[in-house]
Amino acid sequence: MPPRRPDGPPTPPPVARVRLRFAKRGRLRFLSQLDIARTFERGLRRARIPMAYSAGFTPHPKVSWVGGAAPTGAASEAEYVELGLAADVDPEALRAALDAALPPGLDLLACVPAEGSIADRIDGSHWRIRLPGVTETELSRAVAALLARDSVEVERKTKNGPRPVDVRAAVICAVCRAELPDCAILDVVVRHTTPAVRPDDVLTALGVVAVPPLTFPVPPEPTRLEQGLIRADGTLADPLIPNDSDTGRSAGRLPA
Amino acid sequence: MSGQSLFPRLEPLLPRVRKPVQYVGGEGNSTVKPWEPASVRWCLLYPDAYEVGLPNQGLQILYEVLNEQPDVVAERTYAVLPDLEALLREHDIPQFTVDAHRPVGDFDILGVSFATELGYTNLLTVLDLAGIPLRAADRSDEHPLVIAGGHAAFNPEPVADFLDAAVLGDGEQAALDITDVVRAFRAAGSPGGRQELLARLARRRLVYVPAFFDVRYGDDGAIAAVTPNRDDIPARPAKHTLTDLDSWPYPKAPLVPFAETVHERMSVEIFRGCTRGCRFCQAGMITRPVRERSIDTIGAMVEAGLAASGFSEVGLLSLSSADHSEIGELATQLADRYEGTKTSLSLPSTRVDAFNVTLANEFSRNGRRSGLTFAPEGGSERLRKVINKMVSEEDLIRTVSAAYAQGWRQVKLYFMCGLPTETDEDVLGIARLAREVIRAGRAASGQRDIRCTVSIGGFVPKPHTSFQWAGQAPWQVVDQRLQLLRDTVRADREVARAVGFRYHDGRPSIVEGLLARGDRRVGRVIERVWREGGRFDGWSEHFSYERWERAAAAELEPLGVSLDWYTTRDRAEREVLPWDHLDAGLDRDWLWSDWQDALRESDLDDCRWTPCYDCGVCPTMGTQIEIGPTHRKLLPLAPVPSLPEKQPLPEKQVPTSAASAS
Repeated sequence: MPPRRPDGPPTPPPVARVRLRFAKRGRLRFLSQLDIARTFERGLRRARIPMAYSAGFTPHPKVSWVGGAAPTGAASEAEYVELGLAADVDPEALRAALDAALPPGLDLLACVPAEGSIADRIDGSHWRIRLPGVTETELSRAVAALLARDSVEVERKTKNGPRPVDVRAAVICAVCRAELPDCAILDVVVRHTTPAVRPDDVLTALGVVAVPPLTFPVPPEPTRLEQGLIRADGTLADPLIPNDSDTGRSAGRLPA
Repeated sequence: MSGQSLFPRLEPLLPRVRKPVQYVGGEGNSTVKPWEPASVRWCLLYPDAYEVGLPNQGLQILYEVLNEQPDVVAERTYAVLPDLEALLREHDIPQFTVDAHRPVGDFDILGVSFATELGYTNLLTVLDLAGIPLRAADRSDEHPLVIAGGHAAFNPEPVADFLDAAVLGDGEQAALDITDVVRAFRAAGSPGGRQELLARLARRRLVYVPAFFDVRYGDDGAIAAVTPNRDDIPARPAKHTLTDLDSWPYPKAPLVPFAETVHERMSVEIFRGCTRGCRFCQAGMITRPVRERSIDTIGAMVEAGLAASGFSEVGLLSLSSADHSEIGELATQLADRYEGTKTSLSLPSTRVDAFNVTLANEFSRNGRRSGLTFAPEGGSERLRKVINKMVSEEDLIRTVSAAYAQGWRQVKLYFMCGLPTETDEDVLGIARLAREVIRAGRAASGQRDIRCTVSIGGFVPKPHTSFQWAGQAPWQVVDQRLQLLRDTVRADREVARAVGFRYHDGRPSIVEGLLARGDRRVGRVIERVWREGGRFDGWSEHFSYERWERAAAAELEPLGVSLDWYTTRDRAEREVLPWDHLDAGLDRDWLWSDWQDALRESDLDDCRWTPCYDCGVCPTMGTQIEIGPTHRKLLPLAPVPSLPEKQPLPEKQVPTSAASAS
């Protein structure tokens, strides 16, 4: 038997690429990005999606995760992934087959052929954060205090130690309302920066700028509703629709 | 008893703990059944962290076997990590199952799988968090029966006070039979309560009930006698042996976790039992005789398991997988079947044999090629005779040369340190072997860039083995020999950089030795360690030798025994061993003579290919060796997917369709 080499014949390039939008819901919001990747790989095999593979001793299916993943514990309606395929298949059939093979809570919302770079179509996120135990009045006061400042830095733990992030600079707009007398809702659009400003960072900033300081008696529940290019009016363009940023307001716009 | 979900109370705590995904349940192929109509409810516990416990085959098999019964609910629970334990206590939330987040205390039976003794303190955490009294004697009819199984349950004496019962041996049929007894007892209105239920289980020869046996100790500290305290139960509870494994193809649908676990693959057990006769190996002694699954059952299990799970690697499990009577056919036919599918097969344990390299090539044909692992166990030929692991140095060199020549770059070798009769010389033999392996590998591959990793574990004498009488090597001796070995390898400039060296310090092995060969008096040590914070003793970051040493001194010395007495002491032939009243089928006189043969460096052949050497198991248990070959062939897989939602995707006719974004 001839020795096997990792640099054998190159694997064929993908025949087609598709782009998927998926949601991370309910208790599956506690999945980390690695957990999601693992679950997708197994789902792709269960659904018999004709994947293209990388070369080498440990071939991997061509799966590219787009942008920054929603943090562990945060739900999302707008995560994106691209698949490299070994056969050209109907995107909707692929979506339905893969959705059926994934557990409820990892739900595939849309699938389109990949055209252009999706990274160029995403520069912001719209988060909706439920704040049980916080009143709308308290929240509004904190939001007004945050928006009145030019810069509000909080410390973020990163692999390389604590790192300051300017939350205020990343916040494009923020709107409060009351879901219940003792449960406020914050809608906030943040620009993607490095490191990314996460919902936790926004809440930390709100906590420190408010007088008296705002505290969260119950863990807040963040959900990413949209990602896309930030338009002039603070809404986000749909990254799966080419040139959507030119077409005015998207369906999932911020409440007035 | 409600079985109400605790998830609404648990959920707000999850953002505050490490790896919350391990507590949410909902894994692929997990099962949640309604609580109310069920007549018997099992909670299955693996007393270690989720990432270790989830892949456990024993638990997955019982989970599926029990849930297939229409009137049975079986759910799983694992040891929660210390951060969540503290939060559960602070918020007064009990131990929960991961499936439906039901309180563990609400179940009828808590089945505990002890693969290793180092889970004992975690059992106490789970009992305590579940609101179940630690001691069986303090439990009432409202509490679950706590029943242990797994290899460590062959000497459950150290945890006897905390258990209601133990099952010895294979659990599949036993769990169903226990269920039947519990169901009938309930239907009859539970006459006589907990004690009568346990008596029924013991009379049916299903379980060992420690409370039905009294232990007396002699003046020398050793056991004088273990006697049943009622006359309606068997005096020697015996192990269960499953036969015809083809009719028990479990797990059919392996659990698919979201979280990373210690084994990122599915497993198919290709046979159970081993008669190689390695004298240190408890698994080989207590799981006799060999019972194979046939090639077509294995093929069907691999196919069904892959389709149901989406795993890309299949481990063909057993105690010595290359010994399956049709392993060559299996390797070739499975590799043919999965050609082009990026599915890899692996043999977790390989013997030193050139044939195994051929096997490994076949197994890695369609997928990833990791390192090859061999286990010579002893560093010198003399020591390998003592332990009956008959591998010559010539075999080893020939085997690894073949592996390196065929493109494998990494070979792992497993050894033990602290074996009976071992000297410094024997351990230094490991360094010599590693050097020869690297030299041969460089010659065979024509490359300098090859590696050999030497992994060394501390030897712990185990019950029901030929070494059950042996004094364990003191940890200082093991540490000093490993130090000597490491220095010797490092000083060898020719190969030092090509040899990786992995070992642990010898002290945890002493605690494992105490728990493995302990008697009921050791229960106090376990409880004290636990009360002082002992958790996750299999994890070096949680394990504290000093805590065990202190607890052993405080609890054992007033009784005239000690940590050393339980571990480093040689036992005499006639000493009553704590597990002598438990029947693994092995003839005690044969074990003793095998121990004497070990000391004489005399080896023993496998009874699959040579005449029976009267270990006693088959006649005692009414079993026989079940092996092939069957000469059957695996057919190519039908191209049609087996599950309805996995229809092949239609190839598109038109270049592109409109975006389907919602």
